[in-house]
Amino acid sequence: MDRLPRWADIALVPFVSLSLAAIISALVIIAIGQDPWEAITVMVQGSVMNAYGWGFTLYYATSFIFTGLAVTVAFHAGLFNIGGEGQAQLGGLGVAMALLFIPWPHWTIALVAAACGAALFGAAWAAIPAYLQARRGSHIVITTIMFNYIAASLMIFMLVDVLRPSGQMDPATANFPEATNLPSFNEIPGLNLIFTSGVPANVTFFIALAMAVVVWALLWRTRLGYQIRAYGKSEPAARYAGINPTRVIMIAMLISGGLAGLMAINNVMGEAERLLGNSASGAGFIGIAVALMGRNHPVGVVLAALLFGFLFQGGAELGLWTRIPIELRTVVQGLVILFTGALDMMVRMLLIRIFAVFRARKLEAA
Amino acid sequence: MDYATLLQLLDSTLRLATPLLLACLAGLYSERAGVFDIGLEGKMLTAAMCAGAVAFYTGNAWVGAVAGIAGSMLFALIHGVTSITFRGNQLIAGVALNFLASGMTVLVAQSLFGQGGRTPPLVGDARFNPIELPFTEALSGIPFFGALYRDVISGHSILVYAAFGIVALTWWVLYRTRYGLRLRAVGENPAAVDTAGVSVVGLRFSAVMVTGILCGLAGAYMATALQAGFGKEMTAGRGYIALAALIFAKWRPVQAMYACLLFGFFQALALRPDVVQSVVQVKVPVPFLDALPYILTVLVLAGFVGKAIPPRAGGEPYVKER
Repeated sequence: MDRLPRWADIALVPFVSLSLAAIISALVIIAIGQDPWEAITVMVQGSVMNAYGWGFTLYYATSFIFTGLAVTVAFHAGLFNIGGEGQAQLGGLGVAMALLFIPWPHWTIALVAAACGAALFGAAWAAIPAYLQARRGSHIVITTIMFNYIAASLMIFMLVDVLRPSGQMDPATANFPEATNLPSFNEIPGLNLIFTSGVPANVTFFIALAMAVVVWALLWRTRLGYQIRAYGKSEPAARYAGINPTRVIMIAMLISGGLAGLMAINNVMGEAERLLGNSASGAGFIGIAVALMGRNHPVGVVLAALLFGFLFQGGAELGLWTRIPIELRTVVQGLVILFTGALDMMVRMLLIRIFAVFRARKLEAA
Repeated sequence: MDYATLLQLLDSTLRLATPLLLACLAGLYSERAGVFDIGLEGKMLTAAMCAGAVAFYTGNAWVGAVAGIAGSMLFALIHGVTSITFRGNQLIAGVALNFLASGMTVLVAQSLFGQGGRTPPLVGDARFNPIELPFTEALSGIPFFGALYRDVISGHSILVYAAFGIVALTWWVLYRTRYGLRLRAVGENPAAVDTAGVSVVGLRFSAVMVTGILCGLAGAYMATALQAGFGKEMTAGRGYIALAALIFAKWRPVQAMYACLLFGFFQALALRPDVVQSVVQVKVPVPFLDALPYILTVLVLAGFVGKAIPPRAGGEPYVKER
């Protein structure tokens, strides 16, 4: 079969997939009797046309970078980690454990502790499915789905029966100490000239960007990264080259779970400043769409996370200002996963045909 | 716990096990044919919305059920085209369909009824109402069995009895017909089926469409029998519990029935924490009961309760040799 040129593979395939998802979304909006042009105007206005909107877009993007990277690392080892949602919720528990009981003097130290707690809890939640995949051959997709539900139950139990302060009605922990609150963009010198009103985006955004660089370096510049990618491409070849499959599966999943857990420093420590029920609110699942759209490369993940940040903030604006329900963003999310993940082959086949036509014309002309 | 409470529990067990059972059997066809389906949840949800909406407009639960099946089959068709025709990743396709269903159902229900993504409550013939089995009166005099017959076995909607009938039907199709043999073969070794001159694509598509029909029934049951109308996210993870039951049953129909009854029983228990507490004498947190099906499935997957071996060609798109 013909191959696509490199630029088409990197840029054109995702662009076409995304366009297909956008066209179908527009058709859906028309079908429910609304105006797609109005929808896109409202979305753009509310999310990227002013600093306040950016403050939300970047906040959502931060979470999605973490979960997108989490899915990416597992994908390179040939593992499909659907458990990001549960791992992120457990990460929230880790943050709460680190912040509730120790009086940290300054947010920088608290951030280190909370990040460790978040990553540790997230990784621990990924460890059992990883072990079962590596040693007992249980399919990681099924076990991570099950662990999402177990995590949800566990979190309800922890919030209702264990961590809830006495006398409080809603299932949530107490507020974290004031000293541990992370600076939002409107509190950072320099950035506060742009972000004048309170926004949820906080310093975690820069940690997310740094993690993208770390993941890139890990996957393409270290021996471990090479082993992960080799194992993901071909298990027998990796085995023959002396790579230990159990080790690769365990490490890849621990990193993946840790990254998903780290998301909690953005939403739990940075925004809510206490642990609420359903803290991840779907970001773990959006990580799947982000990784697929970002073609499992950190640069792509960051760009896709920004796009989904826009979609999330814009979707919320739709719910506020138009008669289009906020659930439109779930539809778009599903379409993006469908076209970039599952129908990748269809888009490719289509493009290869188009390219073949052009090539034939060129030959005729020559 | 007295006998009356036990009967109540068993009654709600049957009620709650039915959607699980229908979805579980749905998954069985698809997965036995070698197409993994984690999109059961989405298909059920779509069917629930279609059934709820159409039953409301027509006032007829049967028409609603047909609409539910049609909606679910449309999603099954997308799943088939994606993972069979275009050889896409079956698991990713399932995830995508779940999100699509979760959003689309609310969008459509909201634009039709404007009640925050619900359909209006269904009354009368728009629902599948409980049916009284024959001899309930005559048998109710018998001690022990009479009450069991009256309170547990009789008095469910037709779909409950249909679900258990479909278990027998599925067993017969799977193990006693030519189609069933081919279906099992195509999940284990599609190349052999292809060599024998039987279409792998055709078989797999047929299996995926049967999955659509059964998920449609499951969804219709949710909206027009178990509850009176469609509500946002009303399936609440039942598609995944069904998937868990399927693994628990090791992809066999009769065992699937037992697994769904067990998981249905857990769901019934989770609704009655007071009963659990009085039996075990310790306060058992409700979330633990909710999580039990998933924990059990993980244990099965880990091979501690007998090894669960999926159909060998499951998850692999079939590429004919050139």
